[in-house]
Amino acid sequence: MPRLSKIVFLMAAMIMALAARPALAVVEIDINKANVEPLPIAITDFQSTDDLGAKVSSVVEADLKRSGLFAPVNRGAFIEKITNPDQTPRFPDWTAINAQALVTGRVVQEADGRLRAEYRLWDTFANQQLSGEQFFTRPENWRRVAHIIADAIYERLTGEKGYFDSRVVFVSETGPKNNRQKQLAIMDQDGANARMLTSGNDIVLTPRFSPNRQEITYMSFEGGQPRVYLLQLETGQRELVGNFPGMTFSPRFSPDGQRVIMSLQEGGNANIYAMDLRSRATTRLTDTAAIDTSPSYSPDSQQIVFESDRGGRQQLYKMNADGSNQQRISFGDGSYSTPVWSPRGDLIAFTKQSGGKFSIGVMRPDGSGERILTTGFHNEGPTWAPNGRVLMFFRQPAGAGGPQIYSIDLTGYNEQRVETPGYASDPAWSPLLE
Amino acid sequence: MGRILTLATNPAMIALFTALAVTGCASKKTLPNNAGELGLNSATPGSQQDFTVNVGDRIFFDTDSSSIRPDAAATLDKQAQWLARYPQYRITVEGHADERGTREYNLALGARRAAAAKSYLASKGVPASQMQTISYGKERPVAVCDDISCWSQNRRSVTVLGGAGS
Repeated sequence: MPRLSKIVFLMAAMIMALAARPALAVVEIDINKANVEPLPIAITDFQSTDDLGAKVSSVVEADLKRSGLFAPVNRGAFIEKITNPDQTPRFPDWTAINAQALVTGRVVQEADGRLRAEYRLWDTFANQQLSGEQFFTRPENWRRVAHIIADAIYERLTGEKGYFDSRVVFVSETGPKNNRQKQLAIMDQDGANARMLTSGNDIVLTPRFSPNRQEITYMSFEGGQPRVYLLQLETGQRELVGNFPGMTFSPRFSPDGQRVIMSLQEGGNANIYAMDLRSRATTRLTDTAAIDTSPSYSPDSQQIVFESDRGGRQQLYKMNADGSNQQRISFGDGSYSTPVWSPRGDLIAFTKQSGGKFSIGVMRPDGSGERILTTGFHNEGPTWAPNGRVLMFFRQPAGAGGPQIYSIDLTGYNEQRVETPGYASDPAWSPLLE
Repeated sequence: MGRILTLATNPAMIALFTALAVTGCASKKTLPNNAGELGLNSATPGSQQDFTVNVGDRIFFDTDSSSIRPDAAATLDKQAQWLARYPQYRITVEGHADERGTREYNLALGARRAAAAKSYLASKGVPASQMQTISYGKERPVAVCDDISCWSQNRRSVTVLGGAGS
């Protein structure tokens, strides 16, 4: 995907710098509170000669609304009609409908065929512009521009990086449960632009994004040999990861993208190996008569969290990246699996089985502070948004139906289903695109 | 209850009873362990059908367990005897898990079950070079429903004549 050129208005930059001082920042969201009161924000149709302006602003609005942190004001309540998005709006018209923030913008088709998209974010009670930016891109990338604008607004108002300009790989499922077809698929984080990456001839499982966003690692039953593969998203080129005598599974990239860690099945046991993708050197990290799997690096690459049943039931363990100092970190009632380290490093998300229910939860890397975000018949396989603020997972209903992907805020609020073409499982969130 | 017990003494009647039960309660399918239990007994000796029908191609496991239960050992004993009589067959032992576990763990659990079945068969004289294993984790359930009776049918290893694996 071509890079988007980004030009920040000089004026806007200056105002942003001013507005960054807390004393002037009237509009702010404290997203660390458990249940945030969403911020009322008015998002006007972006001006354009066709319907593209309105389409861009509606994607911006949908992103912000889905985050649960913003409450877009109904357009029917708008008093001022924005005719020139560069002009200072009539702030009282917006404070009168309690819109604390206002977004205006325009989308222009340039003579050279490129699309120019601009937005301005206004603080209606402080009577000032908070930010304004302009982007150039190919017309078919209009949704990406919208996500980038939504990220900019999110960051300006919450003080944290956004996550809307990102994608999700997952397994798309069709057919009856006892003969399910599984295909690798990719979509934007909001469910748009879904497309299949494999044909469905072979069972494929557990896709994971590379930090470079260009490749994924996954497991396939191709040729009747369940193994870990790499897939280049641009070219579709596939490659076997290593040549091991047994099943390899549960792969994940290191934060620098140079290594893949995974499990190797050896008889009745599974142990964790790291493979350097350039030298092809493999390092054995665990050596137990148990099932050690689902390894996930800490964002600083120094540690690895994984699950093991070496003590009887599945529990979470962590170790140094070289395999030393293995120690159990989960001690709650039940069994724990599929740990994933947050990109912020502060938390580990997991699946917990207890009392016949499957939950998604988080705990600190030392095992303290366990919190369950959602519980039900079957919730599994959490994955983190690039800002470590939101999680996706899949939910399998009882009986013959199939799984669906859901997102949930770190607080446990704002659970929402993610639209997919059919049944969907094993979501893995990309880093922010670039 | 007494009537069912009477019926059960006649294999043909068991088949009829099972069929009715399935029709009467579509959401819960109780599958026989193998066709032999239905009293169908017309397979050519040494054929695939003979193996499936008269020996039994699958065994079942307890939750999260790969221990060979006594009933499973009896089936594997018969498999080993049959394979000794028909040594032309290579086999693949497939390991499976029920849906009440996470995906990665179930892949390993299926592999552990396949390894346990393979090891048992080897102890009964089936050459290791003739056997390979593959795990499907929870990806290939045979029974589809949402209760314990169903999950127990999916926690299995299946001995497949020929087939792929490693």
